[in-house]
Amino acid sequence: MYSVDTVFITLTSEPMHRPTGHRSMLARARRAALLFVACAGIAACDGEPWNNPYPPTEREAAILYTTFQERPKHLDPVSSYSENEALFTSQIYEPLVQYHFLQRPYALVPLTATAVPVARYFDAAGRPLADDAADSDIARAVYRISIAPGIRFQPHPAFARLPDGRYRYHGPGAVHLEDARAPADYPHVDTRELRAADYVYQIKRLAHPRLHSPIASLMAKYIAGLDDLAAALREQVQTAPPFFDLREVELAGARVIDDYTFEITLTERYPQFVYWLAMPFFAPIPWEAERFYSEPGMAERNLTLDWYPVGTGPYLLRENNPNRRMVLARNPNFRGERYPAEGEPADFAAGLLADAGQPLPFIDEIHFMLEKEDIPEWGKFLQGYYDISPIAPDGFDQAIRFTPDGLPELTPEMQARDIRLAVATQPTIVYIGFNMLDPVVGGYDTRQRELRQAISIAFDSEEMISIFTNGRGVPAQGPLPPGIFGHKPGEPGINPVVYDWQHDRAVRKPLAHARELMKAAGYPDGRHPATGKPLTLYFDAYASGPDVKAQFNWYRKQFAKLGIQLVVRTTDYNRFQDKVRKGDAQIFGWGWNADYPDPENFFFLLYGPHGKVLHQGENASNYANEAFDREYLRMRSLPNGPERQAVIDRMLKIVREDAPWMWGIHPQGYSLHHQWYRNGKANMMARNTLKYRRLDPQQRAARRREWNRPALAPLATAAALLGSVVVGVWLVLRQRRRLPAA
Amino acid sequence: MSAYLLRRVLYALPILLGVNLITFLLFFVVNTPDDMARMQLGDRRVTQAAIEKWKVERGYDRPLFWHADAGGVARATDTLFFTSTLQLFSFDFGKSDGGRDIGTDLKQRMGPSLAIAVPVLMLQLVVALAWALLLAWLRGSRFDAWSAVICVAMMSISGLFYIIGGQYLIAKLWRLVPISGYDGGLAAVRFLALPVLVGVLISLGSNVRWYRTVFLEEMGREYVRMARAKGLSDARVMFAHVLRNALIPILTGVVVLLPSLFLGALITEAFFAIPGLGSYTIDAIQAQDFAIVRTMVFLGSLLYILGLLLTDLSYVIADPRVRLE
Repeated sequence: MYSVDTVFITLTSEPMHRPTGHRSMLARARRAALLFVACAGIAACDGEPWNNPYPPTEREAAILYTTFQERPKHLDPVSSYSENEALFTSQIYEPLVQYHFLQRPYALVPLTATAVPVARYFDAAGRPLADDAADSDIARAVYRISIAPGIRFQPHPAFARLPDGRYRYHGPGAVHLEDARAPADYPHVDTRELRAADYVYQIKRLAHPRLHSPIASLMAKYIAGLDDLAAALREQVQTAPPFFDLREVELAGARVIDDYTFEITLTERYPQFVYWLAMPFFAPIPWEAERFYSEPGMAERNLTLDWYPVGTGPYLLRENNPNRRMVLARNPNFRGERYPAEGEPADFAAGLLADAGQPLPFIDEIHFMLEKEDIPEWGKFLQGYYDISPIAPDGFDQAIRFTPDGLPELTPEMQARDIRLAVATQPTIVYIGFNMLDPVVGGYDTRQRELRQAISIAFDSEEMISIFTNGRGVPAQGPLPPGIFGHKPGEPGINPVVYDWQHDRAVRKPLAHARELMKAAGYPDGRHPATGKPLTLYFDAYASGPDVKAQFNWYRKQFAKLGIQLVVRTTDYNRFQDKVRKGDAQIFGWGWNADYPDPENFFFLLYGPHGKVLHQGENASNYANEAFDREYLRMRSLPNGPERQAVIDRMLKIVREDAPWMWGIHPQGYSLHHQWYRNGKANMMARNTLKYRRLDPQQRAARRREWNRPALAPLATAAALLGSVVVGVWLVLRQRRRLPAA
Repeated sequence: MSAYLLRRVLYALPILLGVNLITFLLFFVVNTPDDMARMQLGDRRVTQAAIEKWKVERGYDRPLFWHADAGGVARATDTLFFTSTLQLFSFDFGKSDGGRDIGTDLKQRMGPSLAIAVPVLMLQLVVALAWALLLAWLRGSRFDAWSAVICVAMMSISGLFYIIGGQYLIAKLWRLVPISGYDGGLAAVRFLALPVLVGVLISLGSNVRWYRTVFLEEMGREYVRMARAKGLSDARVMFAHVLRNALIPILTGVVVLLPSLFLGALITEAFFAIPGLGSYTIDAIQAQDFAIVRTMVFLGSLLYILGLLLTDLSYVIADPRVRLE
């Protein structure tokens, strides 16, 4: 490292006499190198790190810097369904309800609604029914929803009007700005108040054939008239202009009562529907926005609602350049939601309630920077240029070590930088499924069940977590992850088919027990008794490459414990999905990430009528057990409570016995953040949590300066080396010129 | 020359058609329209009806090559291959399967690709030519021997190593430039410094060795001996005669590189988060976006044909003896 003093002394040590010949050149080169180093040193002393990727004007601004790896495909809430899209849409759009930021288990609280919607039930004659009425009596479930007044949309040109009241940028006589590339390029913007009609408009959009909502078919089963509307729109939209005004069509299941009240009518009881109301699919869309983006030339310039959202949330999308960065900026019209005042007991101690009652959001802007590779992302996080970061596989050992008790903690290097670790079990299950239609591993007779149970015991999930996920996971005892109603921790929650409870922990049953099961299943020592040949099973996967090869070898070893030969058949993702869809896969890896924190969202993966082969559903193992299906239908309609828990216990008993899955793992998310990032509690259900986060930009700027002083010595050495080579070559050439011709 | 140019343009048509056919075959051997629909619509809760609807809207419900149910010419024209090829040849790239306008995306992404590729090409040309000229000039010296060692070492190292090593040393350890990122205007310079340096280094070794061979071959010719016999200085011989006459093979190599200036550097752009056309292509392949893939392959082959044509034209400039007939 060069200080200004060092550079000054070096400069003044120049010889005072005027050198001649090659000495002159040497001196010139040396002077140039020193001048360069001097300039570099002075530049370094203005305090701005050279490697700062952001402009100096952002030095102490309340801007959160984070990353994205893949461009979001859809930002229109009607079609957006991916995690990486929800990261944006959830900050911009406001559905009716949201998950409480701090409370666990996850609980819904109102967002724009005045209360969490509750269904009222009616029979076919329109008579009100009690909440616990039989499903067969219920003809309609009606949610009457009121929204809070005074909520306003973000400033947007779609709302801008001319003095005569007409819309400035859409409709008859609209002004067209041919060179506008983003809504921000329009000089006039305006807003309007959120109305109940905006929610109804969005519900109608679910049926729009051009919008491809992934939940359209699911919602058509429940929302009255949605299927009919979809059929009618299919006809009408074909000949309609780009903008089809959905206000002009009626939907029986979504009806405006007044400016702040509307009703959603379902054709049957569906208690989980309220969770859908927390997702962007049910966010309000102003018709003006659709009309604006349907103007001629908009789509050609990529100006669409799918690209530039219009919402009421705490942030608006100011810049959408997924080739470089996406910028969310504070919505000036945001109504001023407050930070929650309740949380878990540990939240008080962790300082998570210090901001209770403060208006949200705390951060002015969020810059999502494109980083396609883990290595640069990790490097920039360590330099302080990203505030939060997942742990890259290559950086795991650098960041995390395990205590003798097996608990994760930060390495001394991370602790020295005062980096914080947040760990949370994801509402996800990653499992290995048996195709229940397969004649060998499928089926429901005792021997087939015992074969699956034996494999489940031999397949050591704990070892897999330790070797392949750096300990980031919890062995699953059934389909329900921790934190979901119905999951029981400790002894009552273990899977007795695979585990015993010993010394206060779940211990996998001995291999001898699995071998006994194999014998009972008709495969003693893993061999066919008739032929004596080993049982050969097939595992289908789509991953390939050296990393997964080790994992597949480990799989083979697990099956080999029972004498079973496992053949791993890898293919590309398309063919793999195709095999599972057609029922050609025998054993396969699969997973599910919760849409909402309800046991129904996991048990439905095992519900018979959702079988993939027969019904194109999400039940990839094609499991079908009548007793389980009956309990599922009952559980689905019950509120959380002892009765529902009892039903869930029975369901778990059935599926654990049948073992259609090796229950696999519930992954844990490890996330790092810097000391200046506050309110960093992980919430695995809510996506709209950026409004709760807080930064200390001054502290960040100081740490960045401290951590990123440029090292000038290598630069000077390289310059000197280059100079020496140039001078050396010059000397050789000079010498050659003086030599007499040969 | 105009007849020659016309002939070359006409040759280009079947080449482009053939490239388009091969791209089409390769893509649809690996991906079916159903796969593409699933990729765009997502894995969760997607019904076959939604997939069919998606295919109809984008024309992927048509047969690939032969529409048996159609009548007359429509058997060949009402197919996915014909319609997509016709669209390409009229330079109407249309929308990506994700719904974005491809032409607009190309315009936006060409700048960053050129911002890396042009400086890399120019710097590499200058440095490699200068180094190679010196080596030819100082043949047999210790400088020549050590340069051979360095060049072979540089050629032996993978390009990815230069990228990761450069990021680690220069950006992370020495903290001299940002590790990755991009910005518009002059602010782009500090983001481009490292990728340009890495880009120059990646193929410097091989280029220097190649140019040196070319120069040495020229230096052995009689006109060089004649020039020396006339008493011209070494510098004049090297720059005015050897360099000029060695330009034809060098130009061949350089002009063929021109298409890659526009098409971007795939790995470099990904690691340095440069929003160029290289990462656009990679993203499209991963997303199974046929509309973008076919456009990029078409543009790539078109630019290569143009590049080769330019090479031929450059021969005329470099060597007055060459006639294009």
